[in-house]
Amino acid sequence: MKDRIRKATRQVNQNEGLIFEKSSAGKAAWKLPPLDVPDVDSGKLLGSAERKDLGAMPEVSEIEIIRHFTRLSTWNYAIDLGMYPLGSCTMKYNPRVNEAVARVEGIANGHPYQPEKVSQGALRIIQTLSECLIEITGMDAITLQPAAGAHGEMTGLLMVRAYHQSKGNARKKILIPDSAHGTNPATAAMVNYAVENLKSDARGMVDIGALEAQMNEDVAALMLTNPNTLGVFEQDIHKIADILHAKGGLLYMDGANMNALVGKVRPGDFGVDLMHLNLHKTFSTPHGGGGPGSGPVAIRKILEPFLPKPVLAAKADGTLTFDYDRPQSVGRVRAFYGNFGMFVRALAYIQANGPDGLRQTTEDAVLNANYIRKGLEGVFDLPYTTPSMHEVVFSDKTQAKKGVRTMDIAKRLIDYGFHPYTTAFPLIVPGALMIEPTESEPKEELDLFIDAMKSIAAEVEEDPQTVLDAPHSTRVSRLDETAAARKPVLRWKPAS
Amino acid sequence: MRYLPKSPADREAMLKAIGARSVDELFAPIPPEYRLERDLTIPRQMAESEIVDFFRQRSRENAEGYTSFLGAGAYSHYRPVIIDSLISRGEFLTAYTPYQAEISQGTLQSIFEFQTMICELTGMEVANASMYDGSTAAAEAVMMAVRLNGRRGVVVARSLHPEYREVLATYATHQGMPVSVAGFDQDGRINLQELEKAIGPETACVLIQSPNFFGTIEDVNAIAAIAHQRGAMLVVSIAEAVSLGIVEPPREADIIAMEAQSFGVPLGFGGPYCGVIATREKFVRQMPGRLVGQTVDKQGRRGFVLTLATREQHIRREKATSNICTNQALVALMVNIFMTVYGKVGLKELAKQNLAKTAYAAGQFAKHGKVLFSGAPRFNEFVVATSEDPHAINSRLLGHKIVGGLPLKKFYPELGNAALWCCTELTTRSAIDTAVGLVAESERSVRSAKEEVEEVAR
Repeated sequence: MKDRIRKATRQVNQNEGLIFEKSSAGKAAWKLPPLDVPDVDSGKLLGSAERKDLGAMPEVSEIEIIRHFTRLSTWNYAIDLGMYPLGSCTMKYNPRVNEAVARVEGIANGHPYQPEKVSQGALRIIQTLSECLIEITGMDAITLQPAAGAHGEMTGLLMVRAYHQSKGNARKKILIPDSAHGTNPATAAMVNYAVENLKSDARGMVDIGALEAQMNEDVAALMLTNPNTLGVFEQDIHKIADILHAKGGLLYMDGANMNALVGKVRPGDFGVDLMHLNLHKTFSTPHGGGGPGSGPVAIRKILEPFLPKPVLAAKADGTLTFDYDRPQSVGRVRAFYGNFGMFVRALAYIQANGPDGLRQTTEDAVLNANYIRKGLEGVFDLPYTTPSMHEVVFSDKTQAKKGVRTMDIAKRLIDYGFHPYTTAFPLIVPGALMIEPTESEPKEELDLFIDAMKSIAAEVEEDPQTVLDAPHSTRVSRLDETAAARKPVLRWKPAS
Repeated sequence: MRYLPKSPADREAMLKAIGARSVDELFAPIPPEYRLERDLTIPRQMAESEIVDFFRQRSRENAEGYTSFLGAGAYSHYRPVIIDSLISRGEFLTAYTPYQAEISQGTLQSIFEFQTMICELTGMEVANASMYDGSTAAAEAVMMAVRLNGRRGVVVARSLHPEYREVLATYATHQGMPVSVAGFDQDGRINLQELEKAIGPETACVLIQSPNFFGTIEDVNAIAAIAHQRGAMLVVSIAEAVSLGIVEPPREADIIAMEAQSFGVPLGFGGPYCGVIATREKFVRQMPGRLVGQTVDKQGRRGFVLTLATREQHIRREKATSNICTNQALVALMVNIFMTVYGKVGLKELAKQNLAKTAYAAGQFAKHGKVLFSGAPRFNEFVVATSEDPHAINSRLLGHKIVGGLPLKKFYPELGNAALWCCTELTTRSAIDTAVGLVAESERSVRSAKEEVEEVAR
């Protein structure tokens, strides 16, 4: 069975304990320069506020720290190692020039409150990126303040609420398709809107009849992901927008899947009123094990008065400034101006691509997804046969007959040298296998992936237990998540 | 395009396999009237060398090489070199959120260590994997207190970072959470009488910052007693994490909302930073954000997983504790490495140097200008009141490649010509002396101008 695995080989992997288990008094990885001012008696300065002890903080040397984190790093999978087919996550290559330019001194060390006179470089970066993103989305204005996609959603819905409020009625609810990301309903709740589910039709798209029936003056907006989480483009998008607009509602687009559209079609051209982008998905800033992200919100002109403040503006002489005088603003959603370091990386990515590169990127992302779809059709059940854009969603229906579920297949994929695809999402596909290859995969890697998936499907028929017990080649086998949640151990404690 | 790993022949072969004549066929689902038939109007494709040049140019327009006395929620501390060496490893940098535990043990164990060290430093029992930043962490902590306590009101200290207050106002507006403010006293600390009066039967929590926006260390014991006596919880925001090396943590708090930027995170013009929420074990199920827990695998080996996910949006949707999904994992790793480098002894020594530089600077400024709020202990920031508008003094300091303290009039008009100055271990005595010299000169010229006017009047 093992010789089926072509992409990966087992090798020696270092063990490593917790850093606290290496600590002993007197070891140090730091050295401070001598003080050039008189030393102080901290007890005298601070009185009862003086801290005497730092508890179980570690004491280790520099080489131990290097080895500690390097060893830990080798226990991770990463894009740098291979394909990361997580649907909806857009795990694409993170260019290294982005990291280099983010570390240039004046960019890395700029203080958010330094005078604008000596901040023009940073402001120019914000302005240039804003202009690019406005052009890419086809919208009229943008805020870069939100720190992540979900934060962008919140910012967007705050603007929706402020817009309706300015018309005299904030309205009561947000329509959300059953295929939506979990952040959408969670966000609506944070902005104190009720959530109303909208069902999908047999093609996996918004059910236009249902939308017409549910749309009324209580609906503030529809939150729609397009292409949706099935990787399907909402072909009736303009009809959807018209239905909303006719009753005064707004169309919010979750831009998580923007990687399918950049340079090919612009949401502003098909009726979207506002949308967020995920710079850590579409625009190549690294996921870093779960962040930082950045979630700009692009909007139509009608929403401009409600943008979070401050808003970047140009003075008559061309110098840039922050405008704080925004009486209708929804306020601030974050201190300072957002995850600036991510703006730098996203702009470097756009510059490296240019208009031709971005278009080719989108085409390759869609090409890759369709190549996988073709390669696995017939092997895995395809619940929606509607054409795929940048991702494809299969189900485990065939394999489930042998008692093997999507999570088992995903875990077996690890043995084959791949990160799993997204499991159990979208909710409208029971036992989903949601696969997004992105443009970053060469044909060879895609072929290996298709072979691996086929081989696992064969294993399910011949020897399902091997799949059920997977992964077999990792440092740890499947972990007891139930025990972790029942009696949470959330920190290390010194042996007493 | 150099990031795209396919030759024209590869694309041809793939299209053939799919059974499509051209790539346009794959975009057929998009109605033709919306397709973009032109190039995007964005900068043309640039070479790597051009990109580097572009950003170097922007850097030169961005206070490159200046010495700064700015703090106010974003602090300039030395970043040990190994932070960038380690976080640049692709296995950390280019990994996703560690949902697949078997191939994410590196990220998971490092977050577990992060949570542990945050607990040790804050005196709390549990800490999460990170929040966006200190301001959103404070707002989310308040919402958490509201869920726990059942009441809805918030009393916030006016000495909390003004932008944190703005963020709280944004979050609170639609949650039906009335926010009232308690002012500060002569010594820069919260006015306890005002605080007592502000807490009503509907107050869910009190939110303060310590060291506060002026650098003053609050009497957390007294504040906690007042809040708890009235059935309100205490949320403490900590914006300057290095203070934890030498300032007693607010152990009486129910929730601590931290900004950990000081621990090895570049200033980066305001972000990305690293928020964290820490609290007591009994409150953990109302905590927002990701948590890593220890468990065992089938063979009984120690391992780590994301846990208590039933609080989170991907499971609970609209009933989740927060909508937060992506957080600040890589920045939390920077913080983790920083805490590991300095550790039990180094953090204390580092904090002590901050204290010494600040004591020296405040002492020097006091000889020529007025240092406000000197009745209470401070960490590494202090407020200097001058006769002249601090913007004018600052613009002269810029000529010496020094960025002076933050003028406070915008946030605190009642303080007049005051500015918030910050010194860290990186601030040199010579920079302090230059800044003090210019402030002294300003005071002298204002005084002689005033004397001239009086002379003429006589």
